[in-house]
Amino acid sequence: MNVLEHVMVPDHQIMSEEEVQQLYSLYTITSEQLPKIYHDDPAVKVIGAKVGDVIRIVRTSHTAGRAESYRLVIKRPKK
Amino acid sequence: MPSPKRIGKIEFGLLSPKEIRTMSVRKIIWADTYDDDGFPYPQGLMDLNLGVIDPGLRCKTCDQKASECPGHFGHIELAKPVIHVGYTRLIRKLLRVTCRSCSRLLLSPEEIEKVVGTEDDLTGDVLSEKDIKKERLCPHCGEQQLKINFEKPTTFSEIFIDDGKKIEHKLTPADIRARMEKIPDEDLRHLGINPDVARPEWTILTVLPVPPVTMRPSIILENGQRSEDDLTHKLVDIIRINQRFKENQDAGAPQLIIEDLWELLQYHVTTYLDNEVAGCPPARHRSGRPLKTLSQRLKGKDGRFRGSLSGKRVNFSARTVISPDPNLSVIEVGIPLAVANEMTIPVQANPFNIEELRQMVRYGPHRASLSDPCGANYVIRPDKRRLRLAEGNLETVAEMLEPGWTVERQIRDGDIVLFNRQPSLHRMSIMAHRVKVMDGRTFRLNPAVCPPYNADFDGDEMNLHIPQTEEARAEAAILVAVEENILSPRFGGPIIGGIHDHVSGIFMLTNQLKWHSKEEALYLLKNIGVEHLPAPGKQEEGRPLWSNKQIFSTVLPKELNMVFRASSCQNCETCRRELCERDAYVRIIDGILESGTIDKKAIGAFDGQIVNRIIRQYGMKRAAEFIDAITHLSIRAIMMNGFSFGIDDEDLSKTEYGQIEEVLSNAVNDVQRRIKIYEDGQLEAMPGRTPEETLEMQIMQVLGKARDRTGEIAGRHLGLGNSAVVMAVSGARGSMLNLTQMAGCVGQQSVRGERIMRGYDDRTLPHFKKGDRGSDAHGFITHSYKSGLNPTEFFFHAIGGREGLVDTAVRTSQSGYLQRRMINALQDLKVAYDGTVRTTGGRIIQFCYGEDGTDPMKSSFGDPVDVKGIVESILKEEV
Repeated sequence: MNVLEHVMVPDHQIMSEEEVQQLYSLYTITSEQLPKIYHDDPAVKVIGAKVGDVIRIVRTSHTAGRAESYRLVIKRPKK
Repeated sequence: MPSPKRIGKIEFGLLSPKEIRTMSVRKIIWADTYDDDGFPYPQGLMDLNLGVIDPGLRCKTCDQKASECPGHFGHIELAKPVIHVGYTRLIRKLLRVTCRSCSRLLLSPEEIEKVVGTEDDLTGDVLSEKDIKKERLCPHCGEQQLKINFEKPTTFSEIFIDDGKKIEHKLTPADIRARMEKIPDEDLRHLGINPDVARPEWTILTVLPVPPVTMRPSIILENGQRSEDDLTHKLVDIIRINQRFKENQDAGAPQLIIEDLWELLQYHVTTYLDNEVAGCPPARHRSGRPLKTLSQRLKGKDGRFRGSLSGKRVNFSARTVISPDPNLSVIEVGIPLAVANEMTIPVQANPFNIEELRQMVRYGPHRASLSDPCGANYVIRPDKRRLRLAEGNLETVAEMLEPGWTVERQIRDGDIVLFNRQPSLHRMSIMAHRVKVMDGRTFRLNPAVCPPYNADFDGDEMNLHIPQTEEARAEAAILVAVEENILSPRFGGPIIGGIHDHVSGIFMLTNQLKWHSKEEALYLLKNIGVEHLPAPGKQEEGRPLWSNKQIFSTVLPKELNMVFRASSCQNCETCRRELCERDAYVRIIDGILESGTIDKKAIGAFDGQIVNRIIRQYGMKRAAEFIDAITHLSIRAIMMNGFSFGIDDEDLSKTEYGQIEEVLSNAVNDVQRRIKIYEDGQLEAMPGRTPEETLEMQIMQVLGKARDRTGEIAGRHLGLGNSAVVMAVSGARGSMLNLTQMAGCVGQQSVRGERIMRGYDDRTLPHFKKGDRGSDAHGFITHSYKSGLNPTEFFFHAIGGREGLVDTAVRTSQSGYLQRRMINALQDLKVAYDGTVRTTGGRIIQFCYGEDGTDPMKSSFGDPVDVKGIVESILKEEV
């Protein structure tokens, strides 16, 4: 089953290198300052993102109608 | 200032004997402190190498004076090792998981791997006591393991069975230490212990650090006697016993005596570390007071953490009981003269204010009455020396005053101060008010600011803080002022507004159309600062009359347009608008109240539609003025007729009592009828419910309806002439339900939403037959509070009341803790200038605050734009 097809799961996309650079300069941040997501997250596995990729998540929002957020894929650390 | 540094890691470990000796500046061997001349003994507990507390002496280690020397540790060499009480659990665990002969983990490498994982793929788990089976053989040397018994506070023993008898063999600290020493580093890592910083044998003390004298200063009593700190007393005990122990050991004393002394030494070291250990009598002072030793210094409310680090006392603050004063403005706070005389603001002298300051200095610290100008309590010279002003030196100090000096002048009217009531749950719990110095001994505040503080006047106390710098005062005026905090960021509506009598008063003034003479109109508007009365609404017998709506309209801004329904609106199916018989349809056109009643919906705290619109249209400052005007007006209005409530306000007439009785007896009979149907097995169960549940629901419904009916009957009799009805309809306080319970019938008491079922076997009280399902046997109260409850009803009422009490107690504690955790998690987040929410490290939490970037305080009850309000104010009619 594909988790992305579930109503509760927002849209996940891998961002291109260009977009990522734009994102970094827009917020004047480094990748470290982005929110994170684990590489073994079900949605990440479905879109096939690798560690180091940045993912754009587009959700419907109560306040804004549509909200974008970005996450850096990282390896799940050992406990 | 040194540049800020990021903390990479923090290492937690044990203090090794080697470290203790390295950090020690002196070996302590004498139990005495001072000799007869009051000079510390060398190598005694107050040795000059450990730091100095007496002024004039110099530290032998660092050669600094008492105020500069931080103090240095010494050490005591213990005759035999003793257990550190703080680590007994760790010691027990290690004894149980390691072999008694070879000290290795009682697990084979394969078993360890199962829990810890392989070297490349660690599970992150560490071994615990549960992973090891009891009393097994050692997988390394084959030794039979014994049960380790631990007796509080510090006794360990091995149990083995010999000839079918249990034999307990006590382990001395030295035995335990020997075992600990042999545990290999690798095994410790599997247990989650880093052997580089915490070798387990360091939990058994062989050498004891002696804290510097600076942390256990002796105090000199009035009679010149020295009184030592509790820690020093305890250290004296330890050294004494240690000395005796050594002597006995050297003399080759019998084993029994050695053991006794060892135990005594253990006791003293234990109580030195923690004097509240279970199973250990606390060491006491000569007076019988338990000593405050190391652990007691840190623990608890007044301990180092909660008492000294997290919480501190502040200067320039005052605390007293609060009381209401409706004549104050909401932005003011009344301060007792006694407080104002004590509290000061520093003012630096310059050529422009020096004469004024001189005059203040001449007035001095004693301001006798409210009408006197403020004086000054202290003067600070440019060299930071403080001169206290007193009767004698006023004139001389005033002459000496020059630019550059600072005068600490007393608080006077108009000063800005921070006002606070605990618990400070949201930012409106601290607001800046303007001072109004008053007689009396309490802080006074306008009751309209009670909601943000959650204050009432049943003995509440509040705190007051005086900002001491220009920056602090500016910040208070711009950010913290009451007029900046009328809107709550919680829901984007006004949190300050009329309460209680404000609402009742304005309701009574504006309800229906009434006409007032000029005298009455002027009486009502006296305190509001209205310059011109509007043109009279009509003339009668040659006398001008003003309508109540006209009088109210004088406090409204001229361009205000809005339409809404008052709290008294019943949500009729077809609204009759202006013709509403309750006068609940409020229309304000160009600042004139055309129709409708002003009540809680219009001016109340939390609702305040008019207040809200004024804020949007004219700003917070105008809204504060409006709240002031409305509170003054409504207080006047309520005083026109007076407002009170007595027991006879609950009186009904004979007809109503008859009707109520009929309704109730019908309901009781209906319940009986339904019970009969159920008992005959004729009751048809509702889907998904048992017949019992169906019956219960039906009974609850019938009785609930009956109570509401009595309320309606009572309500028919009690009109707006009744104070309780006025309060309920206007939304000031209480509801029609409260009135029903007072005049009609209290109704069903419930526990967890069900009728009361608990108590004796098959009945709630011995007064009832077993299995009685009737209304009275399960907590239906047919009487009203006025008529009085009979004993069984009273009991059921107490049961229901108790549940409510427990619920609120549980809810407050739970939500309080939840909020505490939220605050701790979120306190460092802030909205950056680019609209993102970031941590202090610049890490992004939200890419746009709240996803829409809206300030909830400036939102309209959650929506970014108040479309309806804007349209209505332009079209001047409801949309």
